[in-house]
Amino acid sequence: MPQRRKVTLDGNEATASVAHRTNEVIAIYPITPSSNMGEWADEWSAQNRKNIWGVVPQVTEMQSEAGAAAAVHGALQAGSLTTTFTAAQGLLLMIPSMYKIAGELTSYCMHVSARTVATHALSIFGDHSDVMACRQTGFALLASNNVQEAHDFALIGQAATLKARVPMLHFFDGFRISHEVDKVEELTDDDLRAMLPEELIRGHRERAMTPDRPILRGTAQNPDAFFQAREACNRYYDACPALVQQTMDEFARLTGRHYHLFDYVGAPDADRVIIIMGSGGDTVQEYIEWATARGEKIGALKVRLYRPFDAAAFIGALPATASRIAVLDRTKEPGALGEPLYLDVITALQEARAAGTARIPADATVVGGRYGLSSKEFTPAMIKAVFANLAAARPRNHFTVGIVDDVTHLSLPVDASFDIEPEFVRRAVFFGLGSDGTVGANKNSIKIIAEETDNYGQGYFVYDSKKAGAVTISHLRFGPKPIRSHYLISRANFVACHQYVFVEKYDMLDYLVPGGTFLLNSPFGPDEVWDQLPLEVQEKILAKRVNFYVIDAYTVAADTGMGVRINTIMQTCFFAISGVMPRDEAIDQIKKTIEKTYGKKGPEVVRKNFEAVDHTLAHLYAVSYPDQVTAARRIPPMVSDRAPDFVKRVTSVMMSGKGDLLPVSAFPVDGTWPTATTQWEKRNIALEIPVWDEAICIQCNKCAMVCPHAAIRPKVFDPSHLAGAPPSFKATDYRASEYKGWKYSLQVAPEDCTGCTLCVMVCPVKDKSNPKHKAIDMALQMPLRESERDNYEFFLALPEVDRTTVKTDVKGTQFLQPLFEYSGACAGCGETPYVKLLTQLFGDRALIGNATGCSSIYGGNLPTTPYAVDANGRGPAWNNSLFEDTAEFAFGMRLSIDKHADLAEHLLKGLAGQIGESLVGEILGADQRDEAGVQVQRRRVEALRGKLRGLATVEARMLDSIADYLVRKSVWAVGGDGWAYDIGYGGLDHVLAQGRDVNLLVLDTEVYSNTGGQASKATPMGAAAKFAMAGKATPKKDLGMIAMTYGNVYVARVAFGAKDNQTVRAFMEADSYPGTSMIIAYSHCIAHGYDLAYGCEQQKLAVDTGYWPLYRWDPRRIPLGESPLKMDSAPGKIELERYVRNETRFRMVEQLYPANFRRLMERAKIEVGNRFIAYEHLAKMMMPKRITASEETSEN
Amino acid sequence: MNLSTTYLGFSLPHPVMPGASPLSDDLGAVKRLEDAGAAAIVMHSLFEEQITREQLGHLLSVEMHEDAFAEALSYFPRPEDYALGPDRYLEHIRKLKAAVGVPVIASLNGTSASGWLDYARLIEEAGADALELNTYYLSTNSWETGEQVERRTLDMLRAVKQNVKIPVAVKISPYFSSLAHFAKLLDEAGADGIVMFNRFYQPDIDVEELEVTSRLQLSHSPTLLLRLRWLAIVCGKVRASLACSGGVHTPVDALKAIMAGAHGVQTVSALLANGPDHLKSIVEGLSQWLEEHEYESLRQAQGSMSHERCPNPGAFERANYQKILQSWRRQQ
Repeated sequence: MPQRRKVTLDGNEATASVAHRTNEVIAIYPITPSSNMGEWADEWSAQNRKNIWGVVPQVTEMQSEAGAAAAVHGALQAGSLTTTFTAAQGLLLMIPSMYKIAGELTSYCMHVSARTVATHALSIFGDHSDVMACRQTGFALLASNNVQEAHDFALIGQAATLKARVPMLHFFDGFRISHEVDKVEELTDDDLRAMLPEELIRGHRERAMTPDRPILRGTAQNPDAFFQAREACNRYYDACPALVQQTMDEFARLTGRHYHLFDYVGAPDADRVIIIMGSGGDTVQEYIEWATARGEKIGALKVRLYRPFDAAAFIGALPATASRIAVLDRTKEPGALGEPLYLDVITALQEARAAGTARIPADATVVGGRYGLSSKEFTPAMIKAVFANLAAARPRNHFTVGIVDDVTHLSLPVDASFDIEPEFVRRAVFFGLGSDGTVGANKNSIKIIAEETDNYGQGYFVYDSKKAGAVTISHLRFGPKPIRSHYLISRANFVACHQYVFVEKYDMLDYLVPGGTFLLNSPFGPDEVWDQLPLEVQEKILAKRVNFYVIDAYTVAADTGMGVRINTIMQTCFFAISGVMPRDEAIDQIKKTIEKTYGKKGPEVVRKNFEAVDHTLAHLYAVSYPDQVTAARRIPPMVSDRAPDFVKRVTSVMMSGKGDLLPVSAFPVDGTWPTATTQWEKRNIALEIPVWDEAICIQCNKCAMVCPHAAIRPKVFDPSHLAGAPPSFKATDYRASEYKGWKYSLQVAPEDCTGCTLCVMVCPVKDKSNPKHKAIDMALQMPLRESERDNYEFFLALPEVDRTTVKTDVKGTQFLQPLFEYSGACAGCGETPYVKLLTQLFGDRALIGNATGCSSIYGGNLPTTPYAVDANGRGPAWNNSLFEDTAEFAFGMRLSIDKHADLAEHLLKGLAGQIGESLVGEILGADQRDEAGVQVQRRRVEALRGKLRGLATVEARMLDSIADYLVRKSVWAVGGDGWAYDIGYGGLDHVLAQGRDVNLLVLDTEVYSNTGGQASKATPMGAAAKFAMAGKATPKKDLGMIAMTYGNVYVARVAFGAKDNQTVRAFMEADSYPGTSMIIAYSHCIAHGYDLAYGCEQQKLAVDTGYWPLYRWDPRRIPLGESPLKMDSAPGKIELERYVRNETRFRMVEQLYPANFRRLMERAKIEVGNRFIAYEHLAKMMMPKRITASEETSEN
Repeated sequence: MNLSTTYLGFSLPHPVMPGASPLSDDLGAVKRLEDAGAAAIVMHSLFEEQITREQLGHLLSVEMHEDAFAEALSYFPRPEDYALGPDRYLEHIRKLKAAVGVPVIASLNGTSASGWLDYARLIEEAGADALELNTYYLSTNSWETGEQVERRTLDMLRAVKQNVKIPVAVKISPYFSSLAHFAKLLDEAGADGIVMFNRFYQPDIDVEELEVTSRLQLSHSPTLLLRLRWLAIVCGKVRASLACSGGVHTPVDALKAIMAGAHGVQTVSALLANGPDHLKSIVEGLSQWLEEHEYESLRQAQGSMSHERCPNPGAFERANYQKILQSWRRQQ
């Protein structure tokens, strides 16, 4: 048997490695944090990697987890070894199929990176709420606690299910294990074969459906049969635990790692015991080893097989001395007597007591508690608190640990300073930006240390939820023993700050042990840096006697041609001063890694990286500092003094990375949050910002239209408002006739701009004698920050334009206040300009249901959210339900609003005598098709309110509460192509068919952007995406054409970068159309693989090649005898290649599979041409003119 | 008719070959070229920018977004064998070598004697029979002298020659103040061949958009004239073999190049316009012309109209200027 390799990988890869080698069919759907398992499997299959039986597993992406589960069910029924990977809502979507699979006693092992199920909020992080929702399905639930176990249990689950015929759900903690990088022993193919003997596989195949031995499953049974038949499976469940244990024993003989259904650790005579499942079990073990070495009699029972629950094995594993037991659940079931594991333990003990087999003391106390929801930290300090609770005279039951509950007072007190990490574990924390490569470099460092030395290594990475200027914090541990600390490092020997701006944002020195090492990437050298530091930082450095180093990594990077990639430089510094490895050896290894990583990408990149490594040491300096504080300057407050109280108390704490400290009382009880909070988070992430030249600007407002972050805005105003303007504030005469004599100003939000340059790229004005200079140019932000901050503040205070006076073209709409601003979307995002436009046009009367995805993350991820309010306090009301249900969700809002309006109208008619017939008549007959009509109606409703106040009837009070619904509302379902084309298509189609006034905005990036570039049915033919590595072989689904077939749906296809006026027109028409509308909006995206500064140019190419035809299908034209379809772009006038060659998603296929690419491109061209011909036919199609009487009098 | 020639040390049945162009990207087209009788295949260029900037561009547009967001640690599939430009190029050399029997001449295009030239060795290892070094350089620095510009090319040539054993031809532009002297310097620096000339992308001005546009237009027969002059002048002054590149569309175009001194004749635009089979008609036309005019072999015509041997060498010099002016007046 070949020797087993030691490899460094995360829990997802460790699991997928076994699953891919031991299955034939893999049907998946992407969902965080399990997506990577499917991606690994897909990549390996694309590389023709075979399973242990010599065939390449078939990996197929489905339209949803429900689809994946059904495909799995089918594949299993036809006899293949089949698996899937999922989490959270995805797992919930699989539940119906899981009942079937279990009911049919099917050998099957699926893998789940357990994740929080969305409730009051979505969370991508880990707990057991998803898995616990499956405990009634009949699946065995098998928990692994760390990366090695995830690897091992993937095999144990697969082998055991073949023996037991009970399907297995193998799970581990999302992120904490799925994304934790560890050194593990890799199982060989021979190990896998040894555990999966041929007769077990044969048994599975023999149970398959085949016409050669026909059987029938899936009968419908009546009361006479169902009950007994349901009980017929009992023996399999009875036998299952023993078979799992038998498999674990075989595995132990093979590998030396011996697992049990319940693994007890700690003192054999422990009086206090924790019962726990998942990664927390490792941390408990770590604590117990520490505490028992100090004489404490405590222990822990790690639950491996939770279902079927083997009560006898459970009782047998508990020490007979256990008189105080705490059962910890990583989930919450509001209203239950206790969480599931606790209830099971109580039941098992009670039954054992009744049977006389309980062993533990008769008066033993059992309490339950919750911990770790949504990857909340679970540390030795918390475990100590749990044991302390058990030691109390009356241990608290139904407690929580890890938070401060100052409302229901359930939380245990925790000593945050308590720490047991041994000195031989070296700990390092790195603060970086996503774009600076810090995480990648740290992953390399772990590999170097763990694979090139005898040390174990662990890496865990924390990301914020911003897509532009995202902050990453890397937590790395190294040591001579396996690392069981599945929690963040709080006391590090080494802290590195890769971005100087963080000095004033994050309390990084808080992480450092006294005498630890602090490395700062600083533009200031060793002699200047001290005086630049704020007082608080100097104080901490002095108090901890920090070994302080600086490097100017950006200068080294620039000098060595590395641009802004400082990863290799900072990594070299880490190895040079942290002492984790001999310096020269480490540098050799860094270079080897560089060659390995970049070798394929060519010698130039390798050479530049080598140069960077070599230059680094000469620029790394120890800082000697005085023995007292010299700074007078303090760190400025996180948010402005003007911020609302809630933002100061709650939001700002989360912004500074200390949200864990907030108590329960700080939070809304039902997930309701104030909007308009991004304005308080000044992120200053742009190196350069646009500067306006008012002399040559033609005031077209295109820059504002394309700005993804609403960070460049125009205003027109009476010159009198210029009084008191800051000296550098710019304004010029407004050029057009509509606001004669007024001033025009174009202002950048210097601290909110991301520096994407889309505005400069779209600016049509060039200086005639120096065309390099445009009406806006980029300039360094730093020197402009202060003055532009003042200018922007002044600008914001200028009055907003009267909405009823603006023209509804691109220029006019940009005078409207954006009610979506400074989101965390990527710099240069192609989606947000549409969302912003929506809010400018209808934001003050819009309800938005948002599908999960990029738009829900930049739209609603805490700490700050971008949907804003106008001066009247109105703005979009926003909610994210699920990924798959958004069309229906918005549809429900429409039903409700219409019902409110119905009731209001009914009451209004009833009260007409008291209110006044004329006002009632005006309200009921109002024409609200345009902005002016809406404004007038608002005034009428105000007048109505005035009158209602004088009436003391129930009807009047009721009308008062819903009178606002007499003003027209705009209901929008917003989401990406993953929602509209795939997972939500069924619901979207149903809503299209209903004809109600719902607007669907499809932000089409042609790929699952938020989960990392998986193919959707919107992905174009020939483009590479995950699960379509060789280029998608089928054309993009024509969602617009499908919608047109309903006849009564308004459909538009738009691309703001190609024809912005058409985009504006489509939004106006969609809103005014009284039925269902859908806008399919081309959205350039980082997943296309090019510099998004060219986003608008790519959009133009998409349209000019005919790939993305622009059109508006308006059913209102049908009765007029016109074709409902109006083409807004011409057939392709340039070659499709011009468009595709600029994007990595296509180039990758061209380079990897040139023949396939040519074939796909030829077909794509034909397809593009054919589709256009079909549209043109429709555009010429005319129905006889038939205006019915009802349509003539229709309001719209 | 014996059309054989010796180019870069290879004995070729005739001098006509496809020049560096996208034609060589497609294995099928290359086969058709070989079937049409191509004496050798010159591959499209591997550009210095492809090696350096594309890699760095990839870094900026793809890798910058990796490991930055918890839900998406990457945005593209990571195929194991995905490599940018150069590795594909090397792989393509291997494929071409396996597919065709004629010499395969790879092409490197760049402007600086730096790391990217390591690829010359890799190209040799991948099986290329010869290398064409295309020095596409236009100095825009007011401080850079003509001599420094020449030295750039010479340094690149020397760096490559140190690294490889296969023959190396240098493809140059016509913009040297003393081309005859420069050709001699190339010869001394070890060039096995000199290819005249590369054709630069010509910038144009879009007066509406105030932008400079750039495009490569296909050559025409008149493009040939510049080549004829300099082939004729350099012919006999260097040991290196000479090739004509640019403007060869017809058998007579090829013949003129040979008479001016070319050992190899490269054609691209004519093949792009008429397809790979056009190469055959050039070779056949050449053969037919020589037969009709009772030449013994192609070698008899090779260099016959060079500056040294033609009856009126002045025509390649200033006199030519007067003559052309006169011919223009006549056409008026």
